[in-house]
Amino acid sequence: MIRHELIVVGGGLAGMRAAIEAKKKGIDVAVLSQVHPARSHSGAAQGGINAALANNPESHDDTPEKHAFDTVKGSDYLADQDAAFAMTTDAVPAIYEMEHWGCPFSRYDDGRIAQRPFGGAGYPRTCYGADKTGHYLLRTMVEQGYRHEVTMYIEQFVTALIVADGVCRGVVAYDMLNGGFEAFVGEAVIMATGGAGRTYSNTTNSLISTGGGMAMAYHAGVPIKDMEFVQFHPTGLLTTNILMTEGARGEGGYLINDLGERFMANYAPKAMELAPRDITSRSIQTEINEGRGIGGKEYVYLDLRHLGAQKIQERLPGIRDLAIHFEGVDPVYEPIPIVPSQHYSMGGIDTDADGKTEMPGFYAAGECACVSVHGANRLGGNSLLETIVFGRRAGAAAAEFIKGGGAKPVADVQHAADEAVKAVKSRVEQLATGGGGEDPYAIRAEMTTTMKDHFGVFRDEPTMAAGVAKLRALKERVRHIKLRHTGSVFNLDMIRTTELEGMVDLALAVAVGALQRKESRGSHARTDCPTRDDAAWLKHTMAYYEPDGPRLDYKPVTLGMFEPQERKY
Amino acid sequence: MPEAKFRIQRYDPDRTPPTWHDEFTVLYEASLTVLEGLFHIQEHLDGSLSFRYCCRAAVCGSCAMYINGRYRLACQTNVRHLAAGVISVEPLPHMPLVKDLVCDMGDFFAKYEDVKPWLIRNSQTPEKEIPQSPKERAKLDMPIDCILCGACYSSCPSVWGDKDYLGPAALLSCYRFEVDSRDEARKERLPLFDNENGAYRCHTITNCIEACPKELNPTEGVQWLKGAAVRRRILGRWK
Repeated sequence: MIRHELIVVGGGLAGMRAAIEAKKKGIDVAVLSQVHPARSHSGAAQGGINAALANNPESHDDTPEKHAFDTVKGSDYLADQDAAFAMTTDAVPAIYEMEHWGCPFSRYDDGRIAQRPFGGAGYPRTCYGADKTGHYLLRTMVEQGYRHEVTMYIEQFVTALIVADGVCRGVVAYDMLNGGFEAFVGEAVIMATGGAGRTYSNTTNSLISTGGGMAMAYHAGVPIKDMEFVQFHPTGLLTTNILMTEGARGEGGYLINDLGERFMANYAPKAMELAPRDITSRSIQTEINEGRGIGGKEYVYLDLRHLGAQKIQERLPGIRDLAIHFEGVDPVYEPIPIVPSQHYSMGGIDTDADGKTEMPGFYAAGECACVSVHGANRLGGNSLLETIVFGRRAGAAAAEFIKGGGAKPVADVQHAADEAVKAVKSRVEQLATGGGGEDPYAIRAEMTTTMKDHFGVFRDEPTMAAGVAKLRALKERVRHIKLRHTGSVFNLDMIRTTELEGMVDLALAVAVGALQRKESRGSHARTDCPTRDDAAWLKHTMAYYEPDGPRLDYKPVTLGMFEPQERKY
Repeated sequence: MPEAKFRIQRYDPDRTPPTWHDEFTVLYEASLTVLEGLFHIQEHLDGSLSFRYCCRAAVCGSCAMYINGRYRLACQTNVRHLAAGVISVEPLPHMPLVKDLVCDMGDFFAKYEDVKPWLIRNSQTPEKEIPQSPKERAKLDMPIDCILCGACYSSCPSVWGDKDYLGPAALLSCYRFEVDSRDEARKERLPLFDNENGAYRCHTITNCIEACPKELNPTEGVQWLKGAAVRRRILGRWK
């Protein structure tokens, strides 16, 4: 058993920021990460991070209030408005802090941080470092982790929470490099493990974005919120779904159909290509469904050619490299074939604006959490922001909790830890020798295809009901999966088999929540219920884990600043 | 369907002998990266295969390997672009092995941390951003694109011969802060690279340039550091 005061799971932007904050407050903190923190999925973010710095000449009167309004409107009014305002207010000092820590943002001639336009924003307020903003922020954050001497346990695959008398006291982790399971115990745990994009076959996300943290919380009885809201990024590369940043359109890129038209004129005449992602993805999907995909096929073009080689090389060099290496297309000379692709989980572990959950001692931040600031549709540039703002807040809140003596009375942690490790080991043992014959990779493939085909950009009752039935059948089969390899060191078969159960449970929470919500709001677009219904559905979906599928409940949305209105762009 | 044949170097510390090679055939449709091929093998042919993965988009640095005798990212290498015949896949050469294609990156990251890879300021920090002109910022373009994949480090004969040598990636990181107009730690940074395990161990063999999957030039950064050390320590020029 390894002891630290605070255990942070996940070494990406949110987790590392949380750890640094706790460390600054004198807490003995350890970060556990499945990959080296510098390899986290945060680093794949490209286009930028929003803050009302008012540096762009066109945004001189920008304010956190206006940023909050855009965020809330973008969320189709499902965001909690106090939390959204807290995020946009914290945004400004958070960006300056990252800059002071060395983040290499792109600059204006006068030396200030440059800002570009992004979808759904009234002002150009997206700070960026070329098209590698996530990579630069992540490196800066990890380097600050070194500087603040945060203890890091690297290549630790966390599999379960340790809960004693209803209080979260730690986690069980598989030591990938050395083999074996170990209990990491403390006064509190912060979960920062990212999204669940890999429950879809057509995702932009990293291969490790399997929703592990969400699933562990869910299994331990913590509700997950608004899971049916899944963002589809308008521009994933056709063959790999690798992200082509919204910044490409922020810099002036066009979306083109088979007729050579900038079709966004028919959907968002004012914002054009910079409409919010839900609207842009639906527009692309409509063009495809109506036969105006390129050559009648299932993609359209992202055209950057008119920007010229110099601007592409200066502002979008990463996009160019990715298009060349992964699609065989050089955007300087050819349009890029793109398709809407799963990109972000708006839903996640239910938290308040300080990362607190219903379970004492258990906090969450970043994409695995749902505060909610993104509601039914996240704006581009707000996810990097969320990680550093709510990572800091969760770190501070957990530190206060620990300094205040943690949860009382203190239960027998040793016993709870031993039991948790034993449970994980016996589950692995049972997977290997229990006589199950199901192939975990076949189930994984069926699940991800089901999510793509039944819970995509457009949804309707019969399609979703069929999808729920498929997922329920998969959930039954998951009980009988077979672990084939039992080696101790770097056992991918064990990692990928054990994480599957949680993935199917999360997929089912998305599916059941979507089937129940009889309206269209943000990313949840039902052709059979095409309008938003505030009277019935202006509320958060709460999913509680039950062995035979999620139990749903609802809770009100915090309004107060902006009256819900129709979204027009 | 086209097929790709892989010949993979295996390693398992619990076996005798611990190192061997296995061949696998993977059928594919339109396109197959080496990383996708490894996943296919792990899922369907041999569940014991180990390798690192994360972003599959050439930005996280997890899957640097030695493929057909060259340093490459497995995710960025399409089998269609490799020479016909069996595809050889080996872990990064000259690195301690953990399991199959996974090698021990502990020393590599420890050296990165040793160069104090963070911005150091002595003067008062402004309330807003520290100004930096686009020209000053452009000096960072090359070194900040490093993804810490370890290919350069694995390829460097000076690292092979001196396990304490910082190596190209750590020195490139050192260079990244040295040329950052906002950094104010020239005196503090000098001893980090101006020592027997620092920049002078680079003999400009330039394997690192050839190995880098991001097409960076670590040698250039290391040469700059040598020059800076001479200017400061011998000529007393600190600006």
